[in-house]
Amino acid sequence: MIESLLVANRGEIARRVLATARRMGIRTVAVYSEADADLPFAREADEAVLIGPPPPARSYLDQAAILDAARGTGAQAIHPGYGFLSENAGFARQAEAAGLIWVGPPPAAIEQMGDKISARNMMAAAGVPVAAGTPEPVTDAASAVAAAAVIGYPVMVKAAAGGGGIGMSAAADDAELRAAFETARSRAERFFASPDILLERYVTAARHVEVQILGLASGRVLALGERDCSVQRRHQKVAEETPSPGVTPELRGRLQAAAARAGQVVGYRGAGTVEFLLDVDSGEVMFLEMNTRLQVEHPITELVTGIDLVEQQLRIAAGADVSFQPEDVQYRGHALELRVYAEDPRRFLPSPGTITEWAEPAGPGIRVDAGYAAGNQVTPFYDPLLAKLCVHGTDRDQALRRARDAVASFRIAGLKTNLPFHADLLDSGVFSGGDYDTSVVSRLRP
Amino acid sequence: MGIEGEDGHVAEVRAEMVANVWKVVTVEGEQVSADATLVILESMKMEIPVLAEQPGTVTKLAVAEGDVVQEGDLIAIVE
Repeated sequence: MIESLLVANRGEIARRVLATARRMGIRTVAVYSEADADLPFAREADEAVLIGPPPPARSYLDQAAILDAARGTGAQAIHPGYGFLSENAGFARQAEAAGLIWVGPPPAAIEQMGDKISARNMMAAAGVPVAAGTPEPVTDAASAVAAAAVIGYPVMVKAAAGGGGIGMSAAADDAELRAAFETARSRAERFFASPDILLERYVTAARHVEVQILGLASGRVLALGERDCSVQRRHQKVAEETPSPGVTPELRGRLQAAAARAGQVVGYRGAGTVEFLLDVDSGEVMFLEMNTRLQVEHPITELVTGIDLVEQQLRIAAGADVSFQPEDVQYRGHALELRVYAEDPRRFLPSPGTITEWAEPAGPGIRVDAGYAAGNQVTPFYDPLLAKLCVHGTDRDQALRRARDAVASFRIAGLKTNLPFHADLLDSGVFSGGDYDTSVVSRLRP
Repeated sequence: MGIEGEDGHVAEVRAEMVANVWKVVTVEGEQVSADATLVILESMKMEIPVLAEQPGTVTKLAVAEGDVVQEGDLIAIVE
C-alpha cells in the first residue's frame, strides 16, 4: 500500500483526502500557497510545504514546485484532488516519470476525455448516446452558424478543453451564436490555452445527471449510482442529490451501463464521473463529458453506499483490491449536498473576506466537508467554495428536513454566503417536489 | 458599481469587492458612454466587468492590470 501521500490541492478537498489518508495510516504532505498558510488543510497534514505566491499559476498550477515538494518530503504518491492539475495529462506523466504513484486514471485516459470533441466522437463510436453536435473544432463564427443550421437552434457553445461552465453559453439564433462564439473563444484561450470550440444541441428542459464510476485494478469498471446535479448557477453546480428524483430504475440501468461502457472504452482506473444530459420531455439521455478525477459532489455517493471513494482511489492506485465486494453494494436512503459558497445569495457575486464566526451543524446524517474555520481569510484567488454541507436520510423527505435544519443552524459570519439561497431552495415547491430541471435556480432568482 | 459625485457630473467608480484587476479596457482621456466597460475584475474565478455609470471622460484611472483592489478602492473617475 501507499505509505506517504502528497495532496496537490487546497481547501476542503485537500482536507478531505488528507483525512482518509490519515485514517489509513498514510503519512500526509500538504502543499499550500502564501494565501492558504492558515487554512485547516495546511495545518492538519503531517508536513506542509509552501509552494509559492497566491495566484494559482505560481503555486497550485506550478508543476515543478509541486514535484520538488514531493521529492523534498519523500512522498510516494500524489493525489491531485479536483480542478488545478487533476486533469492535466502532462503533469500525471511527469509525476509518474519522477517515480511517483499518480492517484488518478492513466494519463492517456485523461487526455482522451480532456478534449470534449474527441471524447464525444469516441463515445459515439462506442455506442454511448451523444447529443447532435460538431465532430470537429469550429474555427470561426461563420462555420458556427453553418453548423447550427444542421444541428438546429437552440445550440450550446462550449470550449473543447473547458470545464466549470466557463465560456459556455446557449444561442437561439445567428446573432446570439456569433456573440456566444466570440465569448467562448476568448475564454477558451485564456482559461484553457486552447481555442477549440464545439457546438451541441441545447436541450431546453434538461436534468444534469452523472454516474460515479470506479475502474478497478483488474480492469473492470463499476458504476456506483447516479447524482442529480441540475441545480446550477452560471452552469456551475450549487446542490446535488442521489438518487435523482428524475431517474426511474429502468433509466438508471441504462445510465449505469453507458457509464461503465464509457470507462471501459478508455481503460479507466480509479474514480471518475460520466456526465449525461437527460431530456425531460423525450426521456433521451446524452453523454456530456467524463471527469477523470474525484468529483466535488462525491460525498453523497459515499453517504448512500457507505464506500469511502478516496480510500478506493488510493487502493486502486497501489494496484490493490477495493475494500468492498462489488456485488454487495447497497444503496441506502437519500443524500443531498449543498455547496456553501462565499457569494451573495441573490446575485451570486463573489464575496471574499475574513471569517469571524464559523459554527457547523451537527447531528444524525450530517456531514460537513469544510475548507475553512473561524479566523481564516477567504481570498479572491480561488473558487468560492467554503464547505459542502452533506445530508443523509432514510428517504428524501427526511434528508430535506435534516437539510433545512442544518442550513438554519450553520453559522458563518464576516462575509456573505449563499446559505440563504439554500434555505429558499429547500423550501421551494419546485425543488422539494423533485420535479425540477437545470432552470431551477433562475426560477428562484429571476 | 460606483458612487455618484455630489454635483452629478463627477462619478467615482469604486470596487464592490476584493478582486484582482484582470483587464484594463479604458485609458485616461477616453470618452465613454454610460455602461461602457472600464475595467474587468476577477474574483473567485469569476470575471466582473466594471461599468461607467454615466457618459463622460475618464479623467483618472487608478488601477493597472495585476493590481489587487479592496472593497471601496477607487478604480476610475468619469466626469
